[in-house]
Amino acid sequence: MPSQSIWTLLSWGPDGWLDDIASGAMVTIALALATLPIGLTIGFFIALGKQSEEPSLRLASNVYTTIFRGLPELVTLFLFFFGMPILLQHLIRYFRPDATIDVNGFVAGMIVLALIFSSYASEVFLSAFRAIPKGQYEGSYALGLSNWQTMRKVILPQLLRIAFPGLENCWLALLKDTSLVSVVGLAETLRNAGVAARVTKHSFLFYSVASLVFLILAVLSSFATNAILRSLGKREAQR
Amino acid sequence: MSVTAAIVERPPPQARGWPRRRIIGYALVGLWIAFGLGIVAYLVLAWNAEFFAKYAPAYLKGLGVTLSLVAISMVLGAILSVPVAYGRMSNNPILSGLAYCYVYFFRGTPLLVQTFLVYYGVGSFRPELQTVGLWWFFREAFYCGVFAFALNTAAYQAEILRGAIESVPRGQWEGAASLGLHKLQTLRKIILPQALIVALRPYGNELILMIKASAIVAIITVYDLMGQAKLAFANSFDIQAYIWVAIVYLVMVEILRHGVEWIERRITIHLKR
Repeated sequence: MPSQSIWTLLSWGPDGWLDDIASGAMVTIALALATLPIGLTIGFFIALGKQSEEPSLRLASNVYTTIFRGLPELVTLFLFFFGMPILLQHLIRYFRPDATIDVNGFVAGMIVLALIFSSYASEVFLSAFRAIPKGQYEGSYALGLSNWQTMRKVILPQLLRIAFPGLENCWLALLKDTSLVSVVGLAETLRNAGVAARVTKHSFLFYSVASLVFLILAVLSSFATNAILRSLGKREAQR
Repeated sequence: MSVTAAIVERPPPQARGWPRRRIIGYALVGLWIAFGLGIVAYLVLAWNAEFFAKYAPAYLKGLGVTLSLVAISMVLGAILSVPVAYGRMSNNPILSGLAYCYVYFFRGTPLLVQTFLVYYGVGSFRPELQTVGLWWFFREAFYCGVFAFALNTAAYQAEILRGAIESVPRGQWEGAASLGLHKLQTLRKIILPQALIVALRPYGNELILMIKASAIVAIITVYDLMGQAKLAFANSFDIQAYIWVAIVYLVMVEILRHGVEWIERRITIHLKR
């Protein structure tokens, strides 16, 4: 065993690696949080398209989910990370022949994770849409609300409450999928743990720490979702 | 409801003309068609007989590796999931606590981390493993992948099994007990046939997830389908390496998905009214 003890390796500062892993964990959280609103928005619109009466809209949304749920996350990531620069380069060459494109790992990861997250979230939203009785639409129509008002004031509040447990699962899957972005070089938890493991030769220790980080994130998010569910339940009770 | 059945609910009239959603829908479908044609055109334009001759056999070999990896780890995971599911359902707090921790760990951490933990982490205890005589196992990336995947899928399958068994009403157990069947007979002849119908779809989803997740082993130097694509891309810098592999994965997943749906339709015929 090398001279350093485990505790110096895990300390905060130049000798230890804890600060590197903590900054990686921050990147993981930032990536997941940045993906969440985009993914939720796209997923919601895909679900709207899927339950629309217009066949062409249904077809377009079904193709979307078939592709992004059918492809392995890693393949989607690589296609984007390596394919996007080539495509953009071809496009941009028409305007500026000497320009070169480099895709940022964070942005590529965000786009790919949003695509995957939205295709799973759309299924959750769709089943939530189906759980809302038709009378809700008819009632708000009878009250003279417009389509948009119906969606915002009547349907959406109920929809979110029904969809919440499913979306929680999607969020946990998203949190785990962020680790894949380490493969294209984003310095998140797993990547930094891998660097530490290679430098110090304590692979088992540092990969355990990385898995611990993900476990802690899962526990924290289950606390957060419980708190949100409780407050939703309270609001329900007040009515 | 049956009394008022005389009131026939007509389907809403078909929207005529070009409402906004139809325009959007046609535009989106047009976009997908353009996208698909673009990919086909690219593959035709970039058609390279040399590339194909060089890498098609490698892809086939990779496909074999992927399928065997998934098959072995699914079967091992199914075997391992039985004691875990038993532990989850047991009344013994130690057993159920252990099973809960196992499931929580493997479902709460990314598969990539687990695979690294096995391949690099356990692999770093080389001298100890050599004295125990297990080094030959943890030296091979493929075995490490199978090991990590089997442990991972066992956790998911245990939850599927538990959910399916608990979905069968208690009265079935009690009825079987009153007929004088013992526990194992009840499980085999009464509970499992009903539980497996419930479990079929989750098992199918788990299989699809495993096929998709198996691309991960390419990172620990296993030459599965994805690994071959990585190699082909590294050698040729030709993006069609990844496009072909994406098509193969997509076709595999779609076949499986429709296969599971077909089986489900077949075995639930007696439940349909």
